[in-house]
Amino acid sequence: MAAEAESGIQIHPMDQFIVRPFFGGTEVHWYTITNVTVWMALAICCVVALMVLGTRRRAIVPSRTQSVAELAYGFVYKMVEDVTGHDGVKYFPYIMTLFMFILFSNFLGLIPKSFTTTSHMAVTVVLAMAVFITVTAIGFMKHGKHFLELFWVSSAPLALRPVLAVIEVISYLVRPVSHSIRLVGNVMAGHAVIKVFAGFAAVALISPLSVVAITAMYAMEVLVAFIQAYVFTILTCVYLRDALHPHH
Amino acid sequence: MATEAAHDAAAGAAGHAAAPATGMPQLDFSTWGNQIFWLLVTLGVIYFVLSRVALPRIGAVLAERSGTITNDLAAAEELKLKAVAAEKAYNEALAKARSEAQAIIAETRAAINAQLAEATAKADAEISAKAAESEARIAEIRAGALQSVAEMARDTTDALVSALGGRADGAGVEAAVAARMKG
Repeated sequence: MAAEAESGIQIHPMDQFIVRPFFGGTEVHWYTITNVTVWMALAICCVVALMVLGTRRRAIVPSRTQSVAELAYGFVYKMVEDVTGHDGVKYFPYIMTLFMFILFSNFLGLIPKSFTTTSHMAVTVVLAMAVFITVTAIGFMKHGKHFLELFWVSSAPLALRPVLAVIEVISYLVRPVSHSIRLVGNVMAGHAVIKVFAGFAAVALISPLSVVAITAMYAMEVLVAFIQAYVFTILTCVYLRDALHPHH
Repeated sequence: MATEAAHDAAAGAAGHAAAPATGMPQLDFSTWGNQIFWLLVTLGVIYFVLSRVALPRIGAVLAERSGTITNDLAAAEELKLKAVAAEKAYNEALAKARSEAQAIIAETRAAINAQLAEATAKADAEISAKAAESEARIAEIRAGALQSVAEMARDTTDALVSALGGRADGAGVEAAVAARMKG
C-alpha cells in the first residue's frame, strides 16, 4: 500500500468489506447497527417486496412480479423435491430462506458502493454450519446409529471399507468448510478484482481497458451472484438427501 | 464475541471511512459477533415471512391455478363433446330435410308426369278423332267427286250423242261410262 501513494493510484480492494457502525462511532458491539445490519435489512425488504407484496393480489394470471416470485418458488421447490425426494419437501421453507437470503445479498452487493454481506466469512460460516449441524441432527434423529452407514460403503470390498470410511468421514467434516469458503471466496474475489480494476482507472492511459475489464467482471459477477446462491442451495439439498437417505 | 483488544484494534481501523483496511476485514473477528447476530435476525425474519405468508400464498396460488386449468380443460372437453353432438344433430336434420325435399321433388315430378301423360293422351285422342273425321270427309269428297265425274261424263256423252245426231240411250250411255270409268 505504500507504493500506491507515490504513483497516485489508490487501490484499496478490501476497504469495501470493512464493517463499520452505520450511524457514526467507532465501536462495533454485537448489537450495533452497522452497514451489515443495513444491507441485511435491505435484503429482507427485497424478499418481502418480491415474495409478499409481489404476490398480494394472488392472481390466477400473475403480474410480472408475481411471476418472478412463482418462478423462484418453483425453482427451489423443484430442486428440493428432485434432490431430496418427497420427504425432503417439509424442509423447503428453510432452504428457500437460505436461497432468498444469499441471492438477494449477492445481488444487492452488486450495487456500487454497497456492502456485500455474503462476502464475509462470519456470514457464510454460520450459514454452512447451520446446514451442517441441522443436517447431521436430522440424520441421527431419523436413522439413529444407522446414519453412520453413510460412511460405511457397503458396495466396496470389505478390506477397503475402513479406509473408505476414514475418507468419507473426513469429506463429511470438510463439507461446511468448502460450503462456506466457496460462497465467500467467489463473492469476495470478484468484488476485490473489480475494485483493483477501478483503481487502475485513475491512470488515463489504461482507464479504457480498465472500464472494459470492470464491465466484463461485473457481467461475470452477476452470473456468479446467481450461481453461487444456486450452488449453496443445491449442496444443502444434497447434504439433506444424505441425511434422509444415508444408504448409498 | 471477540476479545476487547482485537475489538479496539478493529474499531480504530474501521472507524473512519477514509481508513484503509489492514488485512482482510473478513478475518477481523471483532465484527463477527455483530454480523452473526444480525444474520440470525435476518434469517429469522426471512424465514418467518416466507413460511407464514409468502410460501403458503404462492403455493395456494399455484394450486389454484393448476386446479383452474384442469377445470377449464375439463369444461373445454365437455363443450367440445357438446359441439360434436350439436354438429351430429345438425347433420342429421340436414340429411332428413334433404331426403324430404327429394321425396317432395319425386312426388311432384310424378304428378306432373301423370298430368302430362293425361294431357298428351287426350290431345292424341283428339288429334286422331279429328284425323278420322277429316279422312271421312276426304273419302266423302272423293266419292262425291267420282260421282260428279260420272255424271259429267254421262251428261257430256249425252250431249255429244245428241249433237252427233243420235238419240241418247240412257242405259247404254250409263253402261259405257261405267265401263270407261272402271277402265
